[in-house]
Amino acid sequence: MSAAATVSGIGRPRLGKALPGALWALLLLTPAFVSLASVSFYPIVNGLYLSLTNTSLITQENEFSGFANYVQLWGDAQFWNAWWHTMWFTAASTILETVIGLGMALILCEAFKGRGLVRAAMLVPWAMPTVVTSKMFGWLFDGQNGIINYILLHAGLIDQNINWYGSPDTAMTTIIIADVWKTTPFMALLLLTGLQTVPNSLIEAARMDGAKGWITFWHIRLPLLMPTLLIAGLFRALDAFRVFDLVYVLTGGGPADSTETLSTLSYKVLFSTLQFGYGSAVSTAMFVTEGIIALIFCLYLIRQIRRAQ
Amino acid sequence: MNDTRSPLQTIVIYLGALLILVWSGGPFIWQFSTSFQLDKALTSGSPSLIPDPFTLEHYYNAFVEKELHRYVWNSMVVSLATTFLCLFVGSLAAFALSRLNVKGRFGILMVILSVSMFPQIALVGPLYLVATNLGLLDTYTALIITYLALGLPLVTWVLFGYFETLPREIDEAARMDGVSIPGLLWHIILPMSLPSLVTTGLLAFITAWNEFLFALAFTSNIDRQTIPVGIANFTNLYYVPWGDIAAASAVVTVPLIVLVLFFQRHIIEGLTQGGVKE
Repeated sequence: MSAAATVSGIGRPRLGKALPGALWALLLLTPAFVSLASVSFYPIVNGLYLSLTNTSLITQENEFSGFANYVQLWGDAQFWNAWWHTMWFTAASTILETVIGLGMALILCEAFKGRGLVRAAMLVPWAMPTVVTSKMFGWLFDGQNGIINYILLHAGLIDQNINWYGSPDTAMTTIIIADVWKTTPFMALLLLTGLQTVPNSLIEAARMDGAKGWITFWHIRLPLLMPTLLIAGLFRALDAFRVFDLVYVLTGGGPADSTETLSTLSYKVLFSTLQFGYGSAVSTAMFVTEGIIALIFCLYLIRQIRRAQ
Repeated sequence: MNDTRSPLQTIVIYLGALLILVWSGGPFIWQFSTSFQLDKALTSGSPSLIPDPFTLEHYYNAFVEKELHRYVWNSMVVSLATTFLCLFVGSLAAFALSRLNVKGRFGILMVILSVSMFPQIALVGPLYLVATNLGLLDTYTALIITYLALGLPLVTWVLFGYFETLPREIDEAARMDGVSIPGLLWHIILPMSLPSLVTTGLLAFITAWNEFLFALAFTSNIDRQTIPVGIANFTNLYYVPWGDIAAASAVVTVPLIVLVLFFQRHIIEGLTQGGVKE
């Protein structure tokens, strides 16, 4: 950061020219600010207000009701059900994606024939619309004719078809698998760029001293990769926490609410029952939870970076 | 480093690479193959990767019965408009932050980036009320305005990163020659940034093309619904038309994959420069 600051010092306008420059900056930043303020900040504030009202598009009420929605939320088993599902989904998918992604990145770090092809193929799951991914997994994991059941059955791993997302026991697992499939390769590409910044000379030196591959990984690469790993993990966790498309299209939150997440629950309260007051309370609670996750991650990250210095 | 590798390590690496390839490409190849197979073959209990007999029935169903082309058209309009708006607004902001000596520019960048982490479900309710009041439900405008804000953080971030790599001596020289500030952006910085504009444009396009939540909430008929909403609603009364869904999936995903593969190097560089620069 300090390097960037010095660089910008060179281009600094002389005092006489400072005013037009500042005016121009303001002018050029205005469209972006207006866009983000109206589509991102305003709704958050308005949502906070709505969550303190009994707004409903059916009864046409919109009176201030204090914390009534939050009291109701606290005792709402459906909300806590969705809350736990979301936390479980976030934790499981983030950890799996980071660990498997790291494995993929370590392989891609090595030179081998066809590396370009593999790297290109890894962008396919990322580029595909999530709705398509969801439908695709619906077909792959179909309880009757799904190819996954067919393969597992013929490999002798299961002795009868599993009703993957049609049964409460396995539905969440299926969704986690779909998410891990879609996001891990991209995670690997992010981690790969982190790995490539680790100087080869360090690894070579360690090898000269007779260190085995595992040891160079554990003592050199992993510690140096830690900040990248944590930042990528943070962004991944925040993204996983908002999961909507995958669940909504594959299971709609079912069967028996076993895959209901905070996003799908909020959506249903908002657009099926049209209770905008209560629905806003659900989404605000979600926003707060996400904020707490981000905070914990950031504190941990800062501690890690301090320790490294 | 090749010479220090044992045969076992080589085997592990190639096996791992093969696994990654199957992981990334396998499911979609199966989906693609499915789109050319008869329903009878799909439910026969002995799946085959090679369609036999080969059929275009599902593509016929997707376009004629489900009118897929209308969703494609809607998505095209919305995504292209979003892309150009994102590039326009994003390059203005990135230019100001990179070149105009804005105070606290890293703070501003952080705020812009953190906006992209807001849970979208918290935005959709209030925005729905605004759209209702302004009569914007079932319009392209509502989607484009929303997607602009969704794409803007990443576009600004990536363009800012690219602008930072352009040498400042160019600015100095241009200013000496009496080039104005907008002239500097339009005639000098932007032409030099074409590769980055293409990448960020593609990112904005993909964001809009793939978005589901707002499209679901803001549109209720085929005149304005985009592809994700269309495909999500692809169901028949008595059974799930997997073949038709596969055909539609192929139609909307293959062009995207071709674009991404074509620009892959730029995409990876663009998306990761933030992480590398830490």
